[in-house]
Amino acid sequence: MSTALIDRPAPRADAPTHPTVDPDAAVASTRPRNTLRDAASHTMTMAWRATMKMRRNPEQFFDVLIQPILFTVMFAYVFGGAISGDVQSYLPIMIPGILAQTVLTTCMATGVQLREDMDKGVFDRFRSLPIARIAPLAGPMVADLLRYTTAAVLTFGMGIVIGYRPDGGVLGVLGAILLAVFTGWSLAWVFTWIGTIARSAQAVQGMSMMLLFPLTFLSNAFVPVKTLPGWLQDFVNVNPVSHLVSAARDLANHGTVSGEVGWTLLAAVVVIAIFAPLSVRSYMRRV
Amino acid sequence: MTNAVHATGLVKAFGDFRAVDGIDLTVPAGQIFGVLGPNGAGKTTMLKMLATLLPIDGGEAHLFGVDVRREPHRIRQLVGVTGQYASVDENLTATENLRMFGRLQGLSRADSRATAADLLGRFGLEEAADRAISQFSGGMRRRLDLAASLIKRPPLIFLDEPTTGLDPRTRGQMWDTIRDLVADGCTVLLTTQYLDEADQLADRIAVIDRGSKVAEGTPEDLKSSVGASTLQLRLADGTDRVHAAEVVERILGVAPALTPESGRLSAPLADADRAADVLIALRQVGLGVQSVSVDRPTLDEVFLALTGHDAGDQNDPAGPAGDDRHDPLEVAA
Repeated sequence: MSTALIDRPAPRADAPTHPTVDPDAAVASTRPRNTLRDAASHTMTMAWRATMKMRRNPEQFFDVLIQPILFTVMFAYVFGGAISGDVQSYLPIMIPGILAQTVLTTCMATGVQLREDMDKGVFDRFRSLPIARIAPLAGPMVADLLRYTTAAVLTFGMGIVIGYRPDGGVLGVLGAILLAVFTGWSLAWVFTWIGTIARSAQAVQGMSMMLLFPLTFLSNAFVPVKTLPGWLQDFVNVNPVSHLVSAARDLANHGTVSGEVGWTLLAAVVVIAIFAPLSVRSYMRRV
Repeated sequence: MTNAVHATGLVKAFGDFRAVDGIDLTVPAGQIFGVLGPNGAGKTTMLKMLATLLPIDGGEAHLFGVDVRREPHRIRQLVGVTGQYASVDENLTATENLRMFGRLQGLSRADSRATAADLLGRFGLEEAADRAISQFSGGMRRRLDLAASLIKRPPLIFLDEPTTGLDPRTRGQMWDTIRDLVADGCTVLLTTQYLDEADQLADRIAVIDRGSKVAEGTPEDLKSSVGASTLQLRLADGTDRVHAAEVVERILGVAPALTPESGRLSAPLADADRAADVLIALRQVGLGVQSVSVDRPTLDEVFLALTGHDAGDQNDPAGPAGDDRHDPLEVAA
């Protein structure tokens, strides 16, 4: 490689003409930290980014579209007769269970996609910008509310198609959907945290499955608790998924807001309080 | 005036490996400062520490007087970072990317739109404004990436190997853009593996090797430390390389470097006239030469002169064998 010394050219005639950068003024105008309003605004911009991504990659919606339909039909016809005598009388027990299950599975995708996303170059830039550290995590989660809602609505829709008639009426069903979406959103912080600590998207998937299966199946989602051995009943009764399922049953089937709603909300808030800070911390540590 | 960058004793350790091992760096405002070094020398790690992307394990750093450790949030408002790999969102178009980064930095919707249009124009990307990034060429991505760093017009810009992998024409365009930034009042800290890039752009150059600074000065200082020019000899087939190396050393008083793959010798020349003496001496002992050239020194030669080893990849921190890889005797054996 021969390196000829060329005289440095003078600034070009078409060089930018806008005012020059003044370092002192720039330093003086810096702010020590983000306000809550900044954080909210950054989160919404990140949510916008996530919805653009969904629009450009519609295949991301397949799980949300297919799973509620497939699982509702499968569980109803496979377990209906064995557990409740016939499909019709199983539906009021099962639909809220499937609701919890689909919303939880959808949360898992939140963590997996975050992990994939974090490996991309654009996250380097996010880290180098003075934006609220929680925004790159919370933004996609806000956008994912769309996915949880879609999954929840489809579960009820499919149930109604195969003969489920919720006695709680429209309000009861809407209440159950809202509760499931909120709980799903709070649990998504657990998967987001896994997303920030795991080494690859596949690892997130694997670890999340380990968490997801016990949570959904060791609950009252699909079977009456009294058929389980005593030691298992103890776990099932404290499992937050059981509370969500019971609360959703009370809402959708009877139109009543039971104490289970309170327990579910409490569990959701506790999960957020623990896992949101953990997620932000491990996200910031990541190189 | 406060220095744009003032760092003392910077250290970054990954386990036992010190990627950055006590570097001092002072960059006056309004200059282009080049950090020159091979892969794995610690250039990027140093930049990342200064940009708050990596915690500083030892030493201190201030940018325009602001402490990097204590006030990372302020630092992020002062520095625009453009990495080796384009850090823009693949799922968005060029305009959407710039608007998103504008919104994230507190611009209103209207301002972010206007800034995006302005920057796309300035970087010659208007026509690609609404295209997906996946259709962009490497050069276009780099330009968009740099544009994204300039949205809030930060006074300090870090460019990590801004032209690695670009073709010569695009490289020249990038150089012009970097000069415009400084004409505009910015300070630029850039890393590079190319001596000619540092030579073309930088007011001052620091040479980094294995986490330490081995030299600093103007491009002229640096090149004069390795001699005015370099003699490059390609030996005729079957020529005894070791013998030829001995002859060159006898005439010039410096051991030449041997490039293993092509049977090439290179040696620094204090005076280009000495090349003739070498050729005469080779002829006298009957050693054949295929081609001869006298060039300006390359990064390899700068490195050889400054550190005693070549500028090959240093990704393997544990490998002292790297030192001897191009030992003339070993090659000849």
